[in-house]
Parts: sequence; C-alpha cells; structure tokens
Amino acid sequence: MLRILIIVPALLLPTLSWGAGGGYTFPQDKIEIDWDDKAAMQRGARTFVNYCLSCHSAAYSRFNRVGADLGISDELVRENLIFTTDINGEKTKVGELMKTTMMPAYAEQAFGTVPPDLSLVARSRGVNWLYNYLRGFYIDESRAGLGMNNGVFSNVGMPHVLAELQGLQIPKYKTQDDGHGNEQEVIVGFDIIKAGTLTKSEYDQTIYDLVAFLDYLAEPYKQTRKNVGTGVIIFLFVFLILAYALKKEYWKDVH
Amino acid sequence: MSDKNTNNGLLGWIDARFPLTKMFEEHLSKYYAPKNFNFWYFFGSLALLVLVLQIVTGIFLTMHYKPDGDLAFSSVEYIMRDVDWGWLIRYLHSTGSSAFFIVVYLHMFRALIYGSYQKPRELIWLFGMFIFLALMAEAFMGYLLPWGQMSYWGAQVIISLFGAVPVIGDDLTLWIRGDFVVSDATLNRFFALHVVAVPIVLLMLVVMHILALHEVGSNNPDGVEIKKNKDENGIPLDGIAFHPYYSVKDLVGVVVFLILFSVVVFFMPEMGGYFLEHANFVPANQFKTPEHIAPVWYFTPFYAILRAIPDKLLGVIAMFAAIVVLFLLPWIDRGKVKSIRYRSTTFKWLIVMLVISFIGLGYLGALPVSETRTMFARLFSAGYFGFFLALWWISKNETTKPVPERVR
Repeated sequence: MLRILIIVPALLLPTLSWGAGGGYTFPQDKIEIDWDDKAAMQRGARTFVNYCLSCHSAAYSRFNRVGADLGISDELVRENLIFTTDINGEKTKVGELMKTTMMPAYAEQAFGTVPPDLSLVARSRGVNWLYNYLRGFYIDESRAGLGMNNGVFSNVGMPHVLAELQGLQIPKYKTQDDGHGNEQEVIVGFDIIKAGTLTKSEYDQTIYDLVAFLDYLAEPYKQTRKNVGTGVIIFLFVFLILAYALKKEYWKDVH
Repeated sequence: MSDKNTNNGLLGWIDARFPLTKMFEEHLSKYYAPKNFNFWYFFGSLALLVLVLQIVTGIFLTMHYKPDGDLAFSSVEYIMRDVDWGWLIRYLHSTGSSAFFIVVYLHMFRALIYGSYQKPRELIWLFGMFIFLALMAEAFMGYLLPWGQMSYWGAQVIISLFGAVPVIGDDLTLWIRGDFVVSDATLNRFFALHVVAVPIVLLMLVVMHILALHEVGSNNPDGVEIKKNKDENGIPLDGIAFHPYYSVKDLVGVVVFLILFSVVVFFMPEMGGYFLEHANFVPANQFKTPEHIAPVWYFTPFYAILRAIPDKLLGVIAMFAAIVVLFLLPWIDRGKVKSIRYRSTTFKWLIVMLVISFIGLGYLGALPVSETRTMFARLFSAGYFGFFLALWWISKNETTKPVPERVR
C-alpha cells in the first residue's frame, strides 16, 4: 500500500511540467503588493488617470469609491483624478463610473482593437505580469507604425505610453536551446538608449505604484474581506469548543 | 404518541391538523441511527447544509444579477463592488459550488467503501446518483452566468460534445444553445434552468433520498443491519436517536466544515484559479478563444476520460459511461458483505486503484494535453472502468472475513 502511494506520484512527475505559456519571457521579476501603503496606491491612481484612463476604462469602479478607499477627499478627487467629461461635455461627476471618453470605433481604428477595461486586469493577468509588462517595452523597427514591441506580451497593439518617463530601451539577446533541440533567441536584458524623465529605480517605483493601484482596483474590498474573515474564524473556533462540549455531554450515555 | 396528540396548546392544535410531532419523531427524535458512525458520516448532513447555503445565497444573487449578454458580466462586478456585502454573498456561492462537489464526492466514497448501495439500499443510491447528475447540470449552467471567457468557452466546448451524437448531433446542439453559438439566448435559458428548474428537481430528489434512507435505516461502518437486534420496545440495540445524538455530533462537523470553508471564502476565494479561473475575469468574447480551456475542477475527471479517447463520439460515450456505470453499482457488486472492513484484500486494492485513477484523471483534466499526459489519462481511464469490471468479477466468490452480529 505504502509503496504504491510513493510510486504513483513519482510516475506522475513527468506530467508536472507546466506549459511555459508562449510569449512570457522577460522581465520576470516578482512583487508583493503592500496593501497598507495607501500612499503608493494614491500615486498609482494619479499615474492611472493621467496615462491609462484616456484609452482604457475602469468601468466597474467609481471615482468616489476609489477616493474613499484610498483616503482622498471628493474635493481632491475632482481636482486631481477626474479629467474626463460626460456626455454633455461637463466634467465627470465624482460618483460616476471611471469610463474613458475614447469612442470604441475610434479606438478600433487607431489600435486595431478596443483597449480592454482595466478594472479586473490584476485578477486576470496577475500583478507580476503587469509589473513586467509595463517595464518590458523595447524598440522594434520591424513593427510598422508602433516601432515598439514588448518582452512579455509579444506584438502587443498598445504603444509605449510611459516612454517619456522610462525612456527608450533595446533588448539584449542570448541564444539558447528551446528544449526540443532547436536554438532560439531570448531576451535577457535591456539597455536604455534614450533616457526618460525618471531614473530606472524611479520608473520601477512608479510602475509598482501603478500595479498596486490596479491590484486595489481589481478587488477593492480585499482588506475588508480578510478582516471580516479573521473575525468569523475566531468566532467559529469559540463555537467549535462549545459544540464539542455539547456533543461530549450528550454522548456520555452512549456505550 | 397518542398522548401527544391530545396535548393542549398550540402544538396540540397543530398536531390535530398536521403531523408535525409525528414527522419530527419519525425523522429525528425517534429515527434510530447506528451508534458507530465515523468521520465519513458527516458528509450527508454537510451536503444538506451546502444545498441550503447555495439556495439562500443564490436568491440574493438573483436580486442583483442580470441574465443578459451585454449586462451579465458587469452585473456580477456590480454585485462585487456596489452591493452591500455582495462580495461575500458571491464568494459564498462560488466557493459553495466547489464545496458541494467535495462533500458529495466524499459522501459517495463513503457509500462505496461501506457498501451503502447494497440491498436493501439500491434506491437510496439511485436517488443519490440522480442528485449527482442534477448537481452537475446545475453547476454547469451556473458557471455560464458570470459570462466570463471561461464561462463562455467552457459552455461552448461542453455543448459541442452533443454534436458527436450521430444524425441529430448538429440540430441537438442548436436546440440546446438556441443559437448557432453560445449567446444571449443560451444565457437566458441557462439562467432559467439554473435558478428554477434544476433546483426544484434537486430538492425533490433530496427529499426522496432521505425518505428512502429513513424507510430502510442507515448503514454503518460495519455494514451490519442494526434492525436485526431490537429490544422489547422495538428499538434497535445498536441504534441511537438521530436527535439529539447525531444532531449535536453533526453540529461539530458543521463548525469544522465552516472553518475550512471560511478560510477559502475570506482568504483564497479564487483557490489559485481552481474555484474561480483567472480567464473568467475577462468578459465573454465569441471572437477570442482563450489559450487553454479547462472545465472547473469537479468536471475534470470526466473531461480527462473524454480527451483520452481519440475518437470524439467514442470519447463522449466513454464520458457518459463513466457516470452511467456508477448508477449500476448496486448490481455490479454481487458481494454479500457490505463493509470494506470484512471484504477481501483484492477489494481494498481495487478501491486504492479507483481513488488513484479518479484523482489522476482530475489532475490531468485540468492541464493542456501532451503525449505523456494522454498516455496517463488512458491508464487512469482503464483504472476507473477496470474497478467496476474487476468488482463484478471478484464479488461473485469473494473471500470475506466473518461479519459480526452487532456493531463494534
């Protein structure tokens, strides 16, 4: 019995090799989002409304909800986070959903596809993917029109919106075996050839802040969820002690 | 009991008009269950608990959800963000569906090892199997409702399986979808079936399952009929009243279950992408197929059997056969001894083989196909069906240990 229990998982091991999932190559850094750092999320929100919200929407989220959760007053939200206008041409109200003003038909023409809504992107892609994607744009002359490519999302239709901050970079390649005996070139690093307004570490911090905000945006109630959960589980443990005592008392007379 | 009926007061008034006390006694306070129930016997009452949880949370979700191809996805996010405690209700419901299958699979496994499907409990098993079938339909249709990419493409793949049926296949899939692709029409009918039709069937089957159980009485880990040994009042010597003994014992099980359940709901509601798949956070798009389509974990064993067979029609047949064969279990097992405790070593090894095959299939069904994996899927499929074949073979003249007269 024991032998079978050991041998069978061992036989299964070859099947464990997960598919690398195509284009995910470089960079491959990992981050932990600190949910207590509201200042980082506030900075991320600023970057988000300035650089992302013009083309992408976050249509499941409301401006004032973001303000309330991140400790920004409605007044400051109006001044610093709302740059869009509503259907009457007036400044979007603070209780509105965070929609982009870009028309889908125009976006389709400009980018070949409508930029996806970003409310849930941190849940569908994951924070590490976003952190690497936003730092992975490089010059690729072979791509007509854009002139850019991405190390994480190959042939992406999105232009490098943050280039003025990051600057422009070119990839460093290394030749390696793809595991099937074929040689392929993989990106192992980037060289900045034109500096942006931020240093590398400043840019990384900006992207971290932005991803922290996107993580918040994907599940705004995450902290509440964990706080409530802690209380619920503590209650259940106390209940368990009582329930077990009750059971013991009743079962005394069962032999 | 007769003196109860002559009781004054509200209870007496009701009892003269409705068998309230009578039913309470028949099913709880004077329903005698064997005193030796172990760990495996928690899962029946837990399944009932999860059923109630799903119905209650489902009612509240229905108040805010919109079954409309353009609105469904955003109405789910509306529930998660703008509805007070909406996130909790939705996570309870989404985690509840996985919990339901965990509990039901363990409940079925209990029946398997202690022979609870054997004579005279064949109908309990059959009703249970119909519950399992209804539950799979319920879960499948419910999974379409969030209208994410995996909802959409999962439904597309599963419905297209019906296309393998000869002659009427294409018309059948068209009839199920109500359209040439999964669309708003499909979403609306799945909503109706998920919220009204299947739950009614489920509840009815659960009542029949419990009535049949209370008619013949519960089996137990020793597989001994406790009704064979009764005292002068006709109460089984090894039986104890379900209420209060098992109601208080099950309460402990309920609390332990709720602790584990809460850990998932509050701290890992996506369960690493197994309970809520990552691709399902992207709205359904009929022009964009996801890289990898996998059903939710509770369907993966059957999905792996389907993929293990090279021919589509044969694969579909094998997949359905994997469920049909479970229905036949009471007649496949020709043994007279119920409990694994007194059955042959061969039987124990067959159980080991079945468990490894089933878990192996579930694991493989969630992954993309490769040559090695298909080979293993075939091996495990053979193990799964092999169990039933071998059981039929060995149970005719099985060398068993002597079964005690009374439970131990």
